[in-house]
Amino acid sequence: MSLEEGAYVAFLGLLSFVCLLIAGKAVDPVMGFHAFLGAVFSAGGVFLIVKSHLDDQGEVAPQEIDGKPNYNFGPVKFGTIAALVWGIAGFLVGVIIATQLAYPALNLDLPWTTFGRLRPLHTSAVIFAFGGNVLLATSFYVVQRTCRARMPGKVTPWFIILGYNAFIVIAGTGYLFGATQGKEYAEPEWYADLWLTIVWVVYLFAFLATLWKRKEPHIYVANWFYLAFIVTIAMLHLVNNATIPVSVFGIKSYIVWSGVQDAMVQWWYGHNAVGFFLTAGFLAIMYYFVPKQAGRPVYSYRLSIVHFWALIFLYIWAGPHHLHYTALPEWASTLGMTFSIILWMPSWGGMINGLMTLSGAWDKLRTDPVLRMMVVSIAFYGMSTFEGPLMSVKAVNSLSHYTDWTIGHVHSGALGWVAYISFGAIYCLVPWLWNRKQLYSLKLVDWHFWVSTLGIVLYISAMWVAGIMQGLMWRAYTELGFLQYSFIETVEAMHPYYLIRALGGVLFLLGSLVMAYNIYMTIRFGEAEEAAAGRVALAPAE
Amino acid sequence: MAHHEVDHVSGVTTTGHEWDGIKELNNPLPRWWLYVFYATIVWSFGYFLVYPSWPTLTGYTKGLLGYSQREAALTAVAEGAAARLQAGQGLADATLETIQGDPKLLEFAMANGKAAFGDNCAPCHGSGATGSKGYPNLQDDDWLWGGSLDAIHQTITVGIRSTHEESRISDMPAFGRDGLLERDQIKAVASYVRSLSGLPVPEGADLATGGTVYAENCASCHGEKGEGMAEMGAPNLADAIWLYGSDEKTVVETITNARRGVMPAWDGRLDPVTVKSLAVYVHALGGGS
Repeated sequence: MSLEEGAYVAFLGLLSFVCLLIAGKAVDPVMGFHAFLGAVFSAGGVFLIVKSHLDDQGEVAPQEIDGKPNYNFGPVKFGTIAALVWGIAGFLVGVIIATQLAYPALNLDLPWTTFGRLRPLHTSAVIFAFGGNVLLATSFYVVQRTCRARMPGKVTPWFIILGYNAFIVIAGTGYLFGATQGKEYAEPEWYADLWLTIVWVVYLFAFLATLWKRKEPHIYVANWFYLAFIVTIAMLHLVNNATIPVSVFGIKSYIVWSGVQDAMVQWWYGHNAVGFFLTAGFLAIMYYFVPKQAGRPVYSYRLSIVHFWALIFLYIWAGPHHLHYTALPEWASTLGMTFSIILWMPSWGGMINGLMTLSGAWDKLRTDPVLRMMVVSIAFYGMSTFEGPLMSVKAVNSLSHYTDWTIGHVHSGALGWVAYISFGAIYCLVPWLWNRKQLYSLKLVDWHFWVSTLGIVLYISAMWVAGIMQGLMWRAYTELGFLQYSFIETVEAMHPYYLIRALGGVLFLLGSLVMAYNIYMTIRFGEAEEAAAGRVALAPAE
Repeated sequence: MAHHEVDHVSGVTTTGHEWDGIKELNNPLPRWWLYVFYATIVWSFGYFLVYPSWPTLTGYTKGLLGYSQREAALTAVAEGAAARLQAGQGLADATLETIQGDPKLLEFAMANGKAAFGDNCAPCHGSGATGSKGYPNLQDDDWLWGGSLDAIHQTITVGIRSTHEESRISDMPAFGRDGLLERDQIKAVASYVRSLSGLPVPEGADLATGGTVYAENCASCHGEKGEGMAEMGAPNLADAIWLYGSDEKTVVETITNARRGVMPAWDGRLDPVTVKSLAVYVHALGGGS
C-alpha cells in the first residue's frame, strides 16, 4: 500500500472511530444521525481504498501512455453525473418553494417541509451541489488538459469529489432537520464546515500540484480563475464560519462575530461567494469550453489579464452594498457602492472575451445548440453584471432592496449564466469523457435550450415587475402623508407574479429533465468514437 | 514571444502559446471598455470627495457636501410627522363626535385609520375587517364590548384581557374543565343556547334542564333571553353571529373550556391621534352603533 493510500486509510479509519464515539454520546438526534453518517462514509472510504488496492495489486497508473498524458477522468465523470442529479433535485425544490410562496398551504404544516427549511435546501443544492460539482469536475478536467499532466495521487482526486458530496449530504439533511447557523449560503453547522475545510485544502493542494507538474510553459487563463476561486472560497469559508460549538456532541454553535460586524462579515462572504464561486469559477469554465467548442482562439490575452486582476481586486470590496440603509456605517456603504460601480467593466471584460471569441465562428450558432447555450449564458452574464452595479447604487437600492427584484436579479445570473454555462460544459464533457462521437440528440439540446430560455424569461420578467411594483407600493404615500398600502396588500398584489415565476421554474426543470435523458442516452447508447481519433486520453498536444 | 503566428480569420497575431488546442489573440483592450472603466474610477473618486466614504483612525471622511444619510432620514421622518400634524390639526383635542361631524377632520381620521388598520389590525381582523374564527367581524353590528364610538375607542385603547391596567376583562368560567357542570348539563345547556337563536336541536334534547342550567349559570351575563351584555363583553347568543362557530360540538367546547380571546392594548403603541382615528375608521366600517 502506498504512503498516500495508507495515510487516507489511517485518517478515515480514525475519523470513523471518532464519529462513532460522537454518535454514541450525541446530545441531540441530528448530531447522532450525522455522526453516524460520518462514520459510515469514512468507513466506506476505507473500504473503497482497500478494495481498489487489492484490485490493481498496488500498480501505479502511468503518468503517460505512448508519450501522451494519461489523464485521470474517473472523478470528472462522477462530478458530471453528480452535478446533473443534484441540479435536478435543486431545481425541483426551487419549484416547490416558488409554489409555496403562491400557496402557503403547501408548507403542509410540517417542520421539514416549511419554506424556511426548504429555501436553504434549494439554494445550497443549486449553488453548492450542482454548481460545486460542475466546478470540481471541470476544474479537474481543464487543469489536467491545459497542463498536459495527470492529477497527482490515486486517492486524492476521489477523496475531494466524494468528500465534497458527503458534505452536501450532511448539509442538506441538516437543513431538513433544522440544523442551521442561520447565515445565508453558509447555513451548515460547525462540523460540516470543518469537514468541508479539510476537503477544500486537499483540493487546493491537488490543484496546485497539477499546475506544478505541468508540461506547458505557461498557465492557462482558466486555471488562474479556478485558483482564485479555490483560494478565496477557502478564506471566505474560514472567516464567516468562525464559530464556537456549544459541545462537540451537539450541532449548535455560536458565531464569534456579533452585531453589525457579523452582518458585514456575512455579506463580505455572501457577495464574494457570488464573485468567486459563481463568477470566477464559471468564467474559468467559459475560458476553456467556449474557445474549445467554437474552435477559435480567445479574443484578447491582454483583456484576460487586465480583467482578471481587476475583478479579483475589486470584488472583495463590494459586499457592503448588501447592507445599504442598515446599521452599517454610511462610509462602508459608500465604499461598497463605488467599488461595485468600478467592478462593472472588469466583469464585462469576461463577457467581451467570451463573445468576441466567437468572431469568425458566429455561423456555428445556427447549427450548434451547445455553443448557442454557452453564448446566451455569456449574454445573461453581461446583463446581470450590469444590473448588479445598478442595484448597488443607493438610490436604486432604496427601491429594490428587500423586494423580489433581487430574486429576479439573482436568477438571471443563476439560471441564465451559471446554469447555462454549466449545461454547455456538461454537453461538451459527456461525449469527450465517455468517448462518444457526439451527443445522442442535438434536437433535444435545442428543446432544452428553448424550453428553459422561455422559463428564464418568464421568471425574471415576473420578478422585475413584481419587485418594482412591490418597492413602489411600499413607499407610496397618500396626500395626507400616510402609507397608501398595508403590507398584506402588497403580498396580495404579488400573487399572479408568483404564479408566473413558478411556471418559469417548471419550464426550467423540464428542460433539465430533457438534458438528463439526452445525457443518459449518450452514455448508454452513444456510438463510440474511433480509438485513433479519441479525444479523451490521446488528443495530440500540439 | 515565441513566434508571431497570425490567425487567418481575424488577421491578428497570436501570443504563441497554446493549451490543449486553445490559442490566444493579441487584440488590444477595447478602447470603449477601457474608457468606461476609467470613467467609473473617476466618478468614484468624485463620490469619495463629496460623500462620507473612507474610514480614518478617529472616524471617517465626511465629504464636502456634509451629507449624512442618518440625518437626512431623521429629517424626512420629522418633516412627515410635522406635515401630518399640520393636516390633522385639531384632531388631538376634538371629541370623537366632533371628528365625525367635521368633513376635514373626518377625511384625515379615515386616512390615518385605514393606514393604521392595515398594518396593526388586519393581521387578526382581516384586511377587509371581516374577521375569522375567534377574531370578530368589525363590519357587522354585533359588538362584544359595545359598538358606540366611545366603546370602540376604549376597546382599542386598553385592549381585551391585555396587560393594560384598565384592560377590558371578563372571564367566562370553564364550566366543564373546572367541574362546575356535569357533561349532561353542558350538553343540555348547549342545546338550549342553540335553540335561543332558532337553531335545530337534537331529538330528545333536554331543553328543560338546559333552560334551568342556563338561568342559574349563564343568564347573569348573557341575559335571560341570551341578548348579551356589552358591559361584561358577553356576546349575544340569540343572533346568528357566532365567533367560534354554532355547531353543537363547538358550543359544547366553548362551555367546557371557555374561550377568553385577547386583543392587545394600543395605548402607548400607537399615538392618541391614531387611536382616535382608528375608532372613527372602525366605527365607519358599517357596524358602528
